[in-house]
Parts: sequence; structure tokens; C-alpha cells
Amino acid sequence: MEKFVKLEGLVAPLDRNNVDTDAIIPKQFLKSIKRSGFGPNAFDEWRYLDVGQPGQDCSPRPKNPDFVLNQPRYQGAQVLLTRQNFGCGSSREHAPWALLDFGFKAIIAESFADIFFNNCFKNGILPIVLPAAEVDALFAQVEATPGYTLTVDLPAQAVMRPDGKAMPFQVDAFRKECLLNGWDDIGLTLRHADKIRAFEERRRVEQPWLFAQ
Amino acid sequence: MAQTLYDKLWQNHVVHQEDDGTALIYIDRHLVHEVTSPQAFEGLKLAGRKPWRISSIVATADHNTPTDHWDKAEGTAAIDDPISRQQVETLDANIRAVGALAYFPFKDARQGIVHVVGPENGATLPGMTVVCGDSHTSTHGAFACMAHGIGTSEVEHVLATQCLVQKKSKSMLIRVDGELGRGVTAKDVALAIIGRIGTAGGTGYAIEFAGSAIRGLSMEGRMTLCNMAIEAGARMGFVAVDDTTIDYLRGRPFSPTGEIWDKAVAYWRTLTSDEGAQFDRVVELSAADIAPQVTWGTSPEMVVPVTATVPDPAKETDPVKREGMERALQYMGLVPNTPISEIAIDKVFIGSCTNSRIEDLRAAAAVLKGRRVAASVKLALAVPGSGLVKRQAEEEGLDRIFVAAGFEWREPGCSMCLAMNADRLEPGERCASTSNRNFEGRQGPGGRTHLVSPQMAAAAAIAGHFADVREAL
Ligand code: SF4
Repeated sequence: MEKFVKLEGLVAPLDRNNVDTDAIIPKQFLKSIKRSGFGPNAFDEWRYLDVGQPGQDCSPRPKNPDFVLNQPRYQGAQVLLTRQNFGCGSSREHAPWALLDFGFKAIIAESFADIFFNNCFKNGILPIVLPAAEVDALFAQVEATPGYTLTVDLPAQAVMRPDGKAMPFQVDAFRKECLLNGWDDIGLTLRHADKIRAFEERRRVEQPWLFAQ
Repeated sequence: MAQTLYDKLWQNHVVHQEDDGTALIYIDRHLVHEVTSPQAFEGLKLAGRKPWRISSIVATADHNTPTDHWDKAEGTAAIDDPISRQQVETLDANIRAVGALAYFPFKDARQGIVHVVGPENGATLPGMTVVCGDSHTSTHGAFACMAHGIGTSEVEHVLATQCLVQKKSKSMLIRVDGELGRGVTAKDVALAIIGRIGTAGGTGYAIEFAGSAIRGLSMEGRMTLCNMAIEAGARMGFVAVDDTTIDYLRGRPFSPTGEIWDKAVAYWRTLTSDEGAQFDRVVELSAADIAPQVTWGTSPEMVVPVTATVPDPAKETDPVKREGMERALQYMGLVPNTPISEIAIDKVFIGSCTNSRIEDLRAAAAVLKGRRVAASVKLALAVPGSGLVKRQAEEEGLDRIFVAAGFEWREPGCSMCLAMNADRLEPGERCASTSNRNFEGRQGPGGRTHLVSPQMAAAAAIAGHFADVREAL
């Protein structure tokens, strides 16, 4: 996993509540057995005017000019700004894979759906929850200011606006460590292999029905 | 101290806990399907790791598999779409290489939707932690399990370590007391709850469903309810153990037997919230107030009773919500204030891990018996949740009722719940669906989904538009 420490990035606004993972990456693209290559199909049904098929070259497809991420001023955005309950629905990790492949490294929202939130950390994306009033203010600033960027400082746990205002955010100590170091979760867990084995042995005796062969 | 069911389940699985509350949680049951597992198996192999406990794995192919013409070719050759076929074959190969407690491949007599297959085989037992790379894993909470969906990285993590890194959620009690009216089902209860608390209402919570109306539900009904916990934003929802739970499990293929069964039952009986246990949030509903529900928008919280009308965004004061409603109505092709019962449908889908169990099929068949699907309905699909459900339904003659009414009777699988296979809506088509998600494009690009119970889907099929099933019973 890539490390995440500090990011200064262009911000793109997606002004909707309840953006679901079906919208982030429609099901026909889940047939892939790879982890990469989902970027061109991120938000496929909103981004293009035709219906996308897996494996297709997306460059000649007609784009929806009304979809915000198609606007020239948001090309190259690394920070996605959105509203409530982002990433709800299906647990598909293809959603963070698609967002990452598209270029997003941080997502700011009023709230996230649990599974999606978790999946972001596993892929080096930082999901940031800010209060509704601050999100509102950010939407106003982004829309009023072409080239609007934010600085996300993970060690300091703050998002810095260009006007100097710093907005603190919460992040679990463990998840923060993992992101800062780009650590592989599995390796960390396996440090406790002896404990897992001991737990399992005790369980096998106390609740043998859980261990049907 | 009085403990909630969630406290007990959590405590029983903590292998190790850090100071900040992050814990290593042991996983008893790992359900695997073809869509969210290939990258995990590959990651495991690339890292040179071995699966920790093969006997925890139960696998099946369900998302991509076709639901008709299984006999047109041998094995997976009956899957026309080459990339779907590749995904199913990748699962075959991975399970062959790694092993499992049980694998129900494409066309197996016990193949089906993973959340139907687990419980009916007794592979989901009370007190377990159950995970799957699928958000509707919450279904298994009906058995007092800590059951939730995980992403593919976590699938790999469970394969490699038999554990997950977790933080305890807050607890919510949703109590539904009283008696459900005729024609009102677990699906209507689930939708009414989501209508009340919203699709983010359960975010950060583990929900326990309780109250006399929940106690009165069969295991099938409880599974329907817990299945939809994720649509209320909660990763998991569960129901305490009682006689209904234990009666259901007796004699299932992976249920314990003899002395071990007795020991298990004694433990399972402890899986309830103690008298006086404290919850972070309590929501109460009266069963008698719940009418058959129909969603009108593109999120499960956009739901009203069948007797109501399509809501009017002009009456919404929150501007972001208003815009969301307007966008949903435009996508759904609906006009505010239209009576729900005047909305005509093109297709009907009875199936999915929410409503494809035997009880669901019986309930729909009871409405369809001796009636015909309206001529204006282009396609009505009945898709049993598993091979076992299908066989039982056929033994009961339900298939003949469906077919006589004008339904297509299909092979088991996820089918038009998410339209990864050939079963889907065309742009603009409107569907009465017993599935769980009415998101834009969920049942096919441009398709319009209205979530309802199996009875309500059957009533809509006959009328050609939504209809109050209480009048048809
Ligand atoms: S039936 Fe639908 S919701 Fe259930 S597992 Fe299959 S695709 Fe997911």
C-alpha cells in the first residue's frame, strides 16, 4: 500500500447525499479479476452518455458534459468533496480501487458508510469526516474558485484551506499508523499468530460445534 | 453488569485488544463468492501465504451465474458471457487449490445465493462471527451472529489470519411490538424502519431487532429483516436466540448432533440481551402502524406506504435533500403527488437474498394462485434463492402456480437483483422487485426499481401497477 502523509491537491465537488458504490463503479466492471484499471469506469453511468462495457476503450465514448467531474477545471483532482453517507451500499472494494485509479487520494464528506470507510484505509485513501457547516463552506469556496486546492496533513490531523483556516479531523490511531507507514495489515496481524492459535485451541474445546470438518 | 447481545458476541471473539480499543476479532465462518474473492486469493498467493483455517470456508457461485438454460452445455460452458465465466472458473480453481468446508459450484444441487445457502445448510450457527465479501452478510444476524460484509482486502486478511481488525460499534435497539397486519411482512418492517431512521441512521451501530413482532417472525422473516440492516447504514443487525432459531437449525447438514448439539443449544440460549442492558440508541415502532411499503426513489429510505402518494419535493425544506428528491423523481420518471397505486410496471422480480426463500415463494404464490399476470407486464421472474429452495418449491407445486400465472420459473442465483448476468432492466423500464437496492442502474442501466415484499410484487404483477395486497388476500 502507498503511504499517505501530506497531500496538496485540487478539489472536485460532488454535491450529493448517499452516493452509493453501484454509482461509483457499476456492476458490469466487477467481473474483472484484477485490482487495477477501474479508473476509466469510475462513476461510469454519470460520466458517459452511453452504457459502458468491461474491457472497452473509454476514450472515444461520449462524455456527459453536465457531470461535474467532466468539467475541465476539475481534471487532475485528488481530493473529492461530497456530502452525507458517501459509499453506501455494496461492499465492493472495486469502489475505492476505481476512485484511487481515477486519482483521488482523499475524500472529504459529512459522513461515510462503514464498509466503504474501512475499505479506503486498506488502499491508502484517507476518508475525512468534517462537520456539515465546514463542508458547506468548502462547497461554496470550491465552486467560486477555479483551481481550488486543499492541503491534507495526516500527522497534524487537519485540512488546511487556502485562506489559512485549519479544520481538524479525527482518525483512529491504528489506521493512522498504517497509512503513514503504508503498512500491510496482514503482516501486522500475523505478529499475534501465537495468540490467535491459543484462542482457536480454547475455542475448539469450549465450542466444538464451530469446528465441523 | 447487564450485557447486550452485541456485548456478548463481541467479548466472545476478542483475540487481542490495543489500548485505543482496536481489537483482533476471530472469524468463525467465511463465506466466499466469485466476485469479491479473486483478488484476495491472488494476493494470498503472491505473498506466499497459506489460508489459516480451510474448514471455516463455505463457497458458492451466485452473482454471475445465468438463471436459465443450464443444460445447454456442460458445466461452466453454459455461461455465455466470457468474463462472467472466467470469474466463476477462477473461483472453481481457487477452491480446488485451497479447499473449503463446503463448495457449491455452478449447477450444484445446493448452489445458490450465498446468504441463502449458508443458513439452510446449518453453516451459520448462533454466536458465530460470519463474514463475506458482500454487504448483505448482515442476513446471518438472524441467528444471533455477528455477521457483516467486508471488502476484498479483508477477505484476504481473513483467509490469511482468521481474524479481522475491528473497533466495537455503538449499539442500537430497534423494538417492534404488537402484531403485524395481514399482508404485512418482514420486508415491510425493514422498509418502514429505513423510512424512519434513514439510510445513514444505523451508520456506526450494530442493531438488535427485538419486540413481540420480531419474536413472531420465522427465521426466513428475520433473515429478510437483518438482510436490510445494511440499507439502514448498519454493518450488522441481529435477533436474539429463541425456540424459533433452535427449531430451524435442528437436523441441518452442518448443525451439530448428539451431545454436542445439546451443549451448543445450552450456550445458544444465553445469546440474548440481559434484562436492563443499556443501548446507545433505542427506536420503537408499533407493528400495527406498518402498512405494505413501496419505494418511490433511488435510495431505500425513499419509501412510503402503498396507500400514499409520491412525495412532493416542494415541501422539503433541506435544499440538499430537495435536490436529491428532484433528481430521484426525474430518474424514476415520476410526478409528485401521484398515488402509488397508479404507477404502472413493466417487469416483476421475485428473488434475491432478501426474499427468495421458501416462505417468500409461498407467500407470492398464495397471491398468484388462480390469477394471471397483467398483459402489460413484459416479464415476471421468479428466481429461487438456492437449489434446495427450488426443489422444495417444486415439491410443493409452487412452480406450477408461478408458471400458470405467467411467471418464468428460473434456476437459483442473484439474477436481476444486480443484473450481473443476463437478467436485467432495459433503460426506462420499471420493476416491482423484492430485492434490497433501488439505486440508479442497480437492475440495469437506466432501470427503475421499486422495492416491495413478495406479496406486493405478486399483487403488482396481477394488476400491472402497484396495488394494496391486503385487498387481494
Ligand atoms: S441477491 Fe443481490 S444483494 Fe444478495 S448477494 Fe446477490 S447481488 Fe448481493
